[in-house]
Amino acid sequence: MRLLLDLARGMLARRRRQTLVSVFGVALGVAFFIAIAALMRGFQTYFISQIIDVAPHITIKDEMRDPPPQAAALAHPEGAVAIAGVRPQDRVRGIRAAGDKLAMLEAMEGVAAAPVLTGQALLRYGSRDVSVTIVGIDPVRHARVSNIQKDMTHGRIEDLRATANGLIIGEALAQRLGVGLGDTIAAVSPRGVTLSMKVVGLFRTGIQTLDQQQGYALLKVNQVLQDRSNVVNQIQLRLRDVTRAEPLAREIEARFGDRTESWEEQNKNFLTVFVIQNAVMYSVTGAILLVAAFGIYNIISTVVYEKTRDIAILKSLGFTERDIQMLFLVQGIVAGLLGAVLGCVLGAVMIEGLAQVRFGVEAPSGSDRFILARDWRVYLLASGFAVLAAGIAAVIPARRASRLDPVQVVRGAA
Amino acid sequence: MSDGPADPPLLAAERVTRTLPEGVTLVADISLRFARGEFVAITGPSGSGKSSLLYLLGLLDRPTEGRILLEGRDTAELDAEELAALRLARLGFVFQFHFLLPEFSSLDNVLIPIRRLGRLDAAAARAQAMRLLGTLGLDAAATKLPEQLSGGMRQRVAIARALANDPALILADEPTGNLDTKNAAAVFDIFERLVREEGRTVIVVTHDPDLARRCSRRVHLVDGRVVSDGPASG
Ligand SMILES: Nc1ncnc2c1ncn2[C@@H]1O[C@H](COP(=O)(O)OP(=O)(O)OP(=O)(O)O)[C@@H](O)[C@H]1O
Ligand SMILES: [Mg+2]
Repeated sequence: MRLLLDLARGMLARRRRQTLVSVFGVALGVAFFIAIAALMRGFQTYFISQIIDVAPHITIKDEMRDPPPQAAALAHPEGAVAIAGVRPQDRVRGIRAAGDKLAMLEAMEGVAAAPVLTGQALLRYGSRDVSVTIVGIDPVRHARVSNIQKDMTHGRIEDLRATANGLIIGEALAQRLGVGLGDTIAAVSPRGVTLSMKVVGLFRTGIQTLDQQQGYALLKVNQVLQDRSNVVNQIQLRLRDVTRAEPLAREIEARFGDRTESWEEQNKNFLTVFVIQNAVMYSVTGAILLVAAFGIYNIISTVVYEKTRDIAILKSLGFTERDIQMLFLVQGIVAGLLGAVLGCVLGAVMIEGLAQVRFGVEAPSGSDRFILARDWRVYLLASGFAVLAAGIAAVIPARRASRLDPVQVVRGAA
Repeated sequence: MSDGPADPPLLAAERVTRTLPEGVTLVADISLRFARGEFVAITGPSGSGKSSLLYLLGLLDRPTEGRILLEGRDTAELDAEELAALRLARLGFVFQFHFLLPEFSSLDNVLIPIRRLGRLDAAAARAQAMRLLGTLGLDAAATKLPEQLSGGMRQRVAIARALANDPALILADEPTGNLDTKNAAAVFDIFERLVREEGRTVIVVTHDPDLARRCSRRVHLVDGRVVSDGPASG
């Protein structure tokens, strides 16, 4: 093996410039892959962490995934009965036996659960009306499933309990209404209930729809406002291990029958975009590596062509076809490895270069620079792919070399 | 010098014919035996099949009919890898062109077959290669690249490489074809020593009647057939 390496080195050294060019091609492919992956994954990881941070990991809703079967359809399972235009008999009842379900969920390891009643309301202050979603919460439990405490700029979530009809709203909403901390505003629900509520806290999440159109009140208070006593229409869960969200959601839905959505399902649109983004990224860098692989194919082919005599003498000396094949495969892999190492260095330099870039504008994320993921596995993946591509590129000329008939060459060279 | 009655000859060709797929016959119905310590010249006009015969005897090519036996073993039964292993360990080739690897020094070129065989450790392999270069008067050339050597020196390095694994049989195809008379005589001096002092068998294709006369036996080919086989001085 050492001998093959020495021979390979000697042969590549003869074509130093060409070798350098193809090594550099591989390096560029690897470097771009690493840099782009750092950018995209950085952004995506940031985005997902924001989602995971703000939204519940799992939401149990007071809906069924499919409408309940109608009696007529049940009576004629095979029959050509189609029922359309079914209207709900009475208003949605909320999650049945929410208390029992909550207790079961809270008994699970690594799961925090909180009951919620959401409903629309009109907030009125002076002559201004703004339609909002009021989220009725249990402050102690809610603190365990969400980060609103962290996002609060004034007051605390427990203040809801200290004040009768307390309300926490977004800063942007407060600005629109022209209210401040301690002001009392009127809330009118679609059922016609009017409560006078006191602003006890303000928050800012950075997400416009939340900051402008959401308010928090006590669960009990919202039940009164919505005229739905003892009703809970959502159970929100937070998990210690986010990756369990999807399977756990399926498990809960199977057990309870209530529609249960993981954060992944709720953000399917974004995640699909990410999948497409990643596909584009991998194909572009894959294409660069493919071009680099052609470079390697080219140089190994050239070397095989130029080294016909050397191959012939090695074979006549007693080198086997396998030896010759390995000799050129090694050259491809060495070129791929050199390219990979150089590419990793170049990629790291590019990432640090990107890290220096300042946009000069304050982004909503509070950062004015690229969010970069520095993950050693990306380096490993890119390098592995480069070496593999180089190896494959070398296989074809290597096989050609190994099949060369020394007699033909020796005869011709005399 | 000759084999005992029970011993098989070092190399034997039995009714060997080599025909190309296109129908050209390179050599036809050749039967020859070569004993240990023989110094054989193969002569004949251009195109008479001398090289073709040498490639067959050297296991680089396979006969289409007949068989080649090396030390009593029928080589037709061996696969390509086994033939390669035999060439590596038992045979040494010298061609008209030296075929030295241009990127490597004389020493490294001689080391290639030794390292491939892998019987010696690095130090012993080096010592063996240096000893061979030394006996051929190439001590000073050891670290030089082929392009830095004269034609005669290159050919002697090629001979050193052929001798690297201490082969029983050396096959040479017009090894002096590119050399002047003095260098050609030097190459034959080496061959003579290999036969006389070391008991090896040397089979050499040559055009030169003077050089052929230095051998102990001469096989003359015409149109791919042996027309005479006897003492060279005749
Ligand atoms: N691949 C081939 N295709 C067709 N004819 C071939 C081929 N190889 C050899 N020949 C022919 O076979 C014959 C024998 O060739 P060979 O090289 O063995 O002769 P030679 O005695 O070594 O000649 P020289 O003295 O010129 O080296 C020649 O006529 C040659 O033209
Ligand atoms: Mg010839």
